[in-house]
Amino acid sequence: MKIGNFLVVTLYILFLMLPIYWLLNMSFKPNSEILGGITFFPRNFTVQNYVTIFTDPSWYMGYVNSILYVAMNTVISLAVALPAAYAFSRYSFLGDKHLFFWLLTNRMAPPAVFALPFFQLYSSVGLFDTHIAVALAHCLFNVPLAVWILEGFMRGVPKEIDETAYIDGYSWPRFFVKIFMPLIASGIGVAAFFCFMFSWVELLLSRTLTTVDAKPIAATMTRTVSASGLDWGLLAAAGVLTIIPGALVVFFVRNYIAKGFALGRV
Amino acid sequence: MEKTRNNRAWFMVLPVVALVAFSAVLPLMTVVNYSVQDTFGNNVFFWAGTEWFTQVLESERMHDALWRQFLFSAVILAIEVPLGVAVALCMPKKGFWASVCLVLMALPLLIPWNVVGTIWQVFGRVDIGLLGWTLANLGVDYNYTQNPLDAWITVVVMDVWHWTSLVVLLAYAGLQSIPQAYYQAARIDQASRWKVFRYIELPKMKGVLLIAVLLRFMDSFMIYTEPFVVTGGGPGTATTFLSIDLVKMALGQFDLGPAAAFSLMYFLVILLLSWVFYTVMTNSDKAGKGA
Repeated sequence: MKIGNFLVVTLYILFLMLPIYWLLNMSFKPNSEILGGITFFPRNFTVQNYVTIFTDPSWYMGYVNSILYVAMNTVISLAVALPAAYAFSRYSFLGDKHLFFWLLTNRMAPPAVFALPFFQLYSSVGLFDTHIAVALAHCLFNVPLAVWILEGFMRGVPKEIDETAYIDGYSWPRFFVKIFMPLIASGIGVAAFFCFMFSWVELLLSRTLTTVDAKPIAATMTRTVSASGLDWGLLAAAGVLTIIPGALVVFFVRNYIAKGFALGRV
Repeated sequence: MEKTRNNRAWFMVLPVVALVAFSAVLPLMTVVNYSVQDTFGNNVFFWAGTEWFTQVLESERMHDALWRQFLFSAVILAIEVPLGVAVALCMPKKGFWASVCLVLMALPLLIPWNVVGTIWQVFGRVDIGLLGWTLANLGVDYNYTQNPLDAWITVVVMDVWHWTSLVVLLAYAGLQSIPQAYYQAARIDQASRWKVFRYIELPKMKGVLLIAVLLRFMDSFMIYTEPFVVTGGGPGTATTFLSIDLVKMALGQFDLGPAAAFSLMYFLVILLLSWVFYTVMTNSDKAGKGA
């Protein structure tokens, strides 16, 4: 590799890593050291911030809540998106292009527009402050995303496979589960990853729709503001813990990540 | 692929339509409802016609937010797209290091948006943040909570940090699809590095770059969480973008009518942009098939 290229990439990654390093660094310091001045490595190394999070239910329940609604959302999104994506990739039907476009507009819709009506809709049906409410709300952008990604992958599977399976006497559901789904397993994995991720990083809707019982970790983090000022160490530790799920699974989808972000169109 | 004409495929799409209709059409109708009505409380509503629309269209506040929003989107596009392409061109083509680069670069994209805000809120502080502290020690008078320009720079740098990798990933995927033979032909013709970029790489990346630009434009157009956490829209209204203003109006002041009218117009802009996006996408699909 040329030295210039190496320099550009290294500098860019350094720029990306510096703020994360600083957060990590802070999360291992007691507040006195954070406020006492700049230290590049924790002098008084402590895991107290993490201990606080893992022992206080009002903290760790935030993670549980987030994981619950994210998981629900991923399952719902994939369950409805799989047959729909198959239909879009295999058949032409009345209004298919308009429908596909309409789905896209929902992925692009600003959550801010939906915050207030969602609040009222879910309050009126008695789902306010439940996990399922957030999971359903996040379907707004995750279902279209899943349909688009899956359709992109399904188009790559030759149609002859479908026809051969019919000749062999497979019924459609059996063909879909036994033959088709294994063929697009990577696509399903990528779609699941992106549903998980976009639900995990979203805050505006999940915060609007919850108060106590289903409060996501992202909203819990605002709790660190107290009478004695901000608890920076705790805030940093909570932040670090929210980065971990994404960082753990990104390795598996590294080759498809561009496809996912481009809604299945690369 | 030749598609079979089959209207019964609608049955497979039905669950998606039902679900999205519940979570999109229903709420949107509420918004439409509010945008043409007024209330004195107690859930008594009466027809207000286009009053809210004219009010919002004429309000200084809306104009300012819109203007700030366009400026912000333009600035981050002008930085992120060239930077992203440059980094993608410099990345290793394959092997272990390419994977490492991809994973590290994707990391900011996977961080919850309010944590992104928190990271930069801390990072930019003069007393406890590395960036703020370094700038202060270099003698730069930097304070993003007081100085509007500093707040702007912080929000822009944060967005560059957060989303440039998206452009890198897409451009990289585009570069990967160029057959080696193209480069060999260029070498035989003794084409310069610039000409290789201009006549081989750029045309081949055109499709993905358009997608990248549109995605970045739309997502930056509805940015909310990150600047809200860092600056809260301030100082004053210096970084109050459209979404921040809208949430302030709807959930903060409960001005339902104007907020709803605002929402609808906001949504129409997004609809228009989505249509451009869709056209570009489907056209590049067709081009991909031809190649």
